[in-house]
Formats: sequence, structure tokens, C-alpha cells
Amino acid sequence: MYQEILSKYAPTKDNLIYILHDIQDSDPRHYLSEEAVQAVSDYLKLPANHIYGVITFYSMYSTTPRGKFIIRLCESPHCYIKGSENILKKIKNVLNVSIGETTKDGYFTLELCACLGVCGNAPVMMVNDDFYGDLTEEKIEEIITKLREVR
Amino acid sequence: MSLKRIDLLICCGSGCVSAGSLKIKEKIQAVLDAKGLLHEINIIETGCMGPCDYGPVMIVYPEGIFYKKVSLDDVEELVEEHFIKGRPFKRLMLQDEEKKAISTQKDIPFYQKQVKVALSNCGYIDPEKLEEYIAQGGYEALGTVLTTMSPKDAIVLAEKSGLRGRGGGGFPTALKWKLASGSKDNQKYVICNGDEGDPGAFMDRSLLEGDPHRVLEGMMIAAYSVNANKGFFYIRAEYPLAIKRIKLAIEQAKEAGLLGKNIFGSKFSFDAEVRTGAGAFVCGEETALIHSIEGLRGHPSAKPPYPSDKGLWGKPTIVNNVETLANLPTIFLKGAEWFSSMGTETSKGTKVFALTGDVKNTGLVEVPMGITLREMIYEVGGGIVDDRDFKAVQLGGPSGGCLTKEHLDVPVDYESLKEKGAMMGSGGVIVMNDSNCMVSIAKFFLEFSVEESCGKCSPCRIGLKQMLDIMERITSGKGVDGDIDELIRLGEAIKQLSLCGLGQTAPNPVLSTIRYFRNEYEEHIREKSCSTSVCLNLMHFIIDKNKCIGCSLCARKCPVNCISGSKEDKFIISQPECVKCGTCMEVCPVKAISKIPQMHPDVKSENERLRKQKENEE
Repeated sequence: MYQEILSKYAPTKDNLIYILHDIQDSDPRHYLSEEAVQAVSDYLKLPANHIYGVITFYSMYSTTPRGKFIIRLCESPHCYIKGSENILKKIKNVLNVSIGETTKDGYFTLELCACLGVCGNAPVMMVNDDFYGDLTEEKIEEIITKLREVR
Repeated sequence: MSLKRIDLLICCGSGCVSAGSLKIKEKIQAVLDAKGLLHEINIIETGCMGPCDYGPVMIVYPEGIFYKKVSLDDVEELVEEHFIKGRPFKRLMLQDEEKKAISTQKDIPFYQKQVKVALSNCGYIDPEKLEEYIAQGGYEALGTVLTTMSPKDAIVLAEKSGLRGRGGGGFPTALKWKLASGSKDNQKYVICNGDEGDPGAFMDRSLLEGDPHRVLEGMMIAAYSVNANKGFFYIRAEYPLAIKRIKLAIEQAKEAGLLGKNIFGSKFSFDAEVRTGAGAFVCGEETALIHSIEGLRGHPSAKPPYPSDKGLWGKPTIVNNVETLANLPTIFLKGAEWFSSMGTETSKGTKVFALTGDVKNTGLVEVPMGITLREMIYEVGGGIVDDRDFKAVQLGGPSGGCLTKEHLDVPVDYESLKEKGAMMGSGGVIVMNDSNCMVSIAKFFLEFSVEESCGKCSPCRIGLKQMLDIMERITSGKGVDGDIDELIRLGEAIKQLSLCGLGQTAPNPVLSTIRYFRNEYEEHIREKSCSTSVCLNLMHFIIDKNKCIGCSLCARKCPVNCISGSKEDKFIISQPECVKCGTCMEVCPVKAISKIPQMHPDVKSENERLRKQKENEE
């Protein structure tokens, strides 16, 4: 099942990071399964431990299944000055999850991340590839309600 | 393309997009279409215009009228007023101090001290159109370099310009090139470092998104100078739009023959591709970045050998920052003398800063080197929000330091900032007002570095964690005498012993705040007091019995039920249980509850008792 993705890349070590991105993005649960790692290992002729080494080094990869929407709240000093702590509390409350957890309906995963580079509009978060800035507690409710409707 | 009477430039940098600019663009299109005006007006998506705080922003030409904070509800009226009746829509324009509307972009104080070199096209052209870049003089510099200069001449010109790396270290760009050009290897690489990760910096993202061809042209000039034929853009995966734009630029350049074999009929051939990160701050360090491109964990390695000697796949490689490359086309077009006429003795040209924090105009600014902090914060930035007092400014992100009121007249250049304990870094400027606790801020930067430490060398991995433990002790009210000295000792050791530039600079936020705000640390440790009431263990709430009307609202709203009393006896907070959420203070109808910036005596004695008990047990 991974052949289609793998065949897009030459079987060289330097493609590892892009292959992993591609597989993870195409998985509806946004993660890298054991089977996926094995397939990459066979294709690139790299030991699985090397691949796990890379996966665990970079924060964007996950070896556990995640939600349809990955909320990544910026935890950099900048957003902190602008009140990201309260935003985090609010998200936790609304979704009833802790950091790193996925909601029971499999819809949202809450993660923290380093600076997203939208500091002029702090506090900021990313939901999958979309940015949301100037966050307030009210905005969080709005955004999450809207995303829930995407079902 | 037919001529149209109006050009409407809508800022679609990530900041304005996060504020909803794309939806506004759609609505403007729909409204214009409904009124049959679509063929008269050019709607152009541009990169970042700078003043993120006013987002979503737009400029309407030919007049150059600047509109701020445009919302979906404003669109109908805006179209009616400006596009049909032909008069500026005052409500969405900026106002000066006398509440008069400021009509055009060039009259806005935010722009007046700015000199745009790297950012000259950003917010002015459509970054997805090669023709617009060319119309602004794009690729002319490359053409001149390839057809009239030798690689050696190009290095000499770069050297004369005085350009230094804009990513953090400030290493002279030409010197880096010279080192790589000396190598006889016939395979060399150029890497554009777009792994911008310093909290509070977003100039590289804005440049890649707003003017990608400029960065590509800069890369090709650098490549020609060192005789490299292959380039990589390493961009962090958190910047999907930047990745998309630079990929598009590469494609367009290939189609136009600006990238490929024998460019401009010269012997120079060049190809470029995009590589992305996967979320690791340390990959901004050049050796770590190279490992990441090779498909490895992004660990830095000891230098020497420098990448200019042995870099990507062991070949000579130059790694230049996005902004550094973005300066090159203009330098080669206007000349080294022009560029070096701006700035100070050792820091030439302009620098892009990301101005953020408690300042009125946040956003992206480009100013000549040597401008004072005061000019940057008060004139470009418009001063402190809510007219509170300025307390400190943090420069250089987690590698930099905090400066104070005393330093407002320090010129912003590489040497002056370093001397004062901060650094230029990548250009993140975080302005803080008097409500910020400097100990907490330093702790927060340290937390960032601990989190992002790659773990390869022990001074950074273990030493920073030790420092953080002490910082946590201090901010939670358990600091002891000697903690400050221990922080300094650890910090100095980590600076000397860490493997890469990130570890070597990570103690700076703590060391610089100790240098300038030592009294705040001492207050936290000795008096168990946080004067800004930010550190929750070092403050408490009290109810003034004389003001309390006994309504019991605070007790009912308290999430931990630590407030008790009656109408007659009034209410009282049981301090050991209080979680300092502040709800009581918010709900009190007579404002009888206030913050005291000190640990409550009951809590203090209880802590003391526990500490002694623990000592006895041991």
C-alpha cells in the first residue's frame, strides 16, 4: 500500500524525511505505523532503528495515531507574553484532552510547537496547514465549532 | 492583460491570512462581480506588507491608500465608497494623533524610518508572478554578474559591500564564499537556510512567501561566485506557503530559462530544489541542517571542518541565510558603495527586524543598521501599548538577551548589541512593558532551549536542565541564597563548552537578565516577592474586610472552594488552598479583592516547616 508513495522517490537515504512526510500526510490518522516504517526500511535498505531515530528526533512525526485535525499551539515566549497559557487552558477545556492526546471521536489532537513565525498576530496556532492568529478564548470556541461541522 | 483603473493589493502574508485576508479577497471579488466591476479592478495577492498588527491590510493604487483591519462586514461599504464613488473610505484608514485620517502608505509613521532593500518588493508585487519580479528589475543583477563579472570580481564586490550573515552569527558573507571558492573540488553546493526558528522572528518566512524570486536570484549569484552548480532551499515544514512559493519560483525560472544550462548564454549552469525540515529548532545550525538534508537526525557536528570545506555529502558547501541572499540582487545592481553607505563602521546596509510584543505597531520592519532602539521602538513601533512604561527589549531570541531603558540609545549593530549582552540574532525584537516579570521571561526562553536541545553534547543537554531547575525553584518561591551565583557559573560553563552555536548562546537570556535585573532575582529569592505578580507562588489575593459586602459571589465562583465567610463576618481566602486563578477578583462587584505581590506569610511559614521537616528526615 505504500508502493505508490515510495515509487515517487529515488531509493536514497536523503529522501527519507520527505518519504516519511508523504506517508504521514496521506494517512488519515496522520501517523507512521510499524508497517510503514518497515516498508520504508525495505525500500531504502536502511535499518528500522535508523528510521525510528529520525522519526523520534523531529517533532512533526508521530508513531501513534492522531486526529483528523492536528491543533498545534505555539508555545514560544512570544505567544506566552500575549497570553497563550489561557488559550491552552481553553482548548484543553473545550476538547477535554491534555497535550498530546486525541479526542475520543478521533477528531482533534492537541500539540504544542515551537515558533510558527506569525508573531505579529500572537497567540497563534496551526490546524493542519492553516494558521489562526490573534487568538482569544471566544475565537477558540468558534474555530473548533466550525471544524466540528466539517465532519 | 488589459489596463485597469485600480490596482488593489491585498496582503496575503501568513499574518494577514491568519486574520482572514483570503476570505476578504473572495468577498471583494464577489461584490465587484455582482456590481459588474470586476474587469475594471486588478486584485493582487501580495506578500507581507509589514504592519501585522493592522491586519488584514490592503493598499489601493494609483493613490496608494492604505486600509487596515478590514473585516468581511466592511467589504460592501468599501466597494461602494472607494470603487464606485471614488473617495477614500475614511473609517478603515489609519489616524494620526489628531484623529485625522492618514491617506497614503508613505505618510504612515511606521514606514517613515524604514529603508527597504531585502523587503523592497515584499507587499508590492504578486509573488507568484515572475513577470512582476522582472518588472521591478528582477534577474538584472544576475544577468550583469554572469555576463560581465568573473566569480572573483563578484566576491570582491560582496566584500566591499560589507554584507554580513543575517541569520545570527554575522559572519562576513564574502569570507564564507572565499573559503569555498578556494577549493578545487568540482562539485560544490549552495544552501539557503530557511529553517527560521528563533521565537519572534519571521522575516525569512515573509521573504520566501513575498518575494521568492529575489531569494532564488541571490542564491544563483552566490553559487556563481563559488562555482557551485546545485542549490538547496532548506525550509522548515511549518511554513507550507513558503515551500509552495519557492517551488513555484523554481519552476517558473526553469521555464523562462533563468535556471538550467548556460544561463544568460554564459558557461554557468545551475539547478535548485527544495528540502524541508520536520520540526527541529537545531536544524537552523548549519552542520545540523546539512545532516537533515542527508536524511539523518539533525545533530550538529564540531567545526572545523567547516561546511565551506566539507559540507553536504562531504563537498564544499556555503550556507547562507534567506535574508542574506535577498540582499544580493540589490547590492549587485546598485553597487557595493551604495550598500555600504548605510549602516555603521562594522555593520553595513539594512536589517529586517520582526517587531513584536507590547509595542503598538507590531510587524516586519527594515531599517538601516545603527538605528537606535529608541527610534525602532518609539518611532517605527509607535511606542508601548496602552501607554504603559517600557521595561525591556529582548533581542536575538533564545540566543540573545534583554536590554533595558538605559540602552534605548544603543545603536543596533552586531558589535554594540553583543557588547551589552544581547545579540542581533536573526532579528527578533520583543518589546516588554512593566507588567512582565524578567525572571519568568528568562525561564521561558530557557525552557525553549531545554526543549529544543538536540542532546548531542552534555553541557547543553544537562547543563541547561540544571539551570532550568534553579529557575523553577526561584519562580516557585523556593529559591535559596547562592542560586544566582550558581546560574552564572553554569551559564558561563555552558557557553564555553557546548558543541554548537545554539548551546553556546542558550544561557544568554538568563545571564543578561541577571546582569540588568539582578534585583528582581533577589526579590524572588530573598523576599519571596514577584513585583509584577506574574509568579503565582510569590503573590496572593486578599479580601478587604472594610470593602467586602458579604455577597458571597467570590465564594460561589471559586473553583477550589477556598473562600468562606458570611454576610456578617465578611469573606476570607484560605491561602494554602488558593490556586490564584483570579476569578474572585474579577467577579467582586465592589472591587474588595486585590493582588499582593508577595508570598502569603502563612504559606511561607508552612513551606519553611516542610523544608525543616525534610532536612531532619535526611
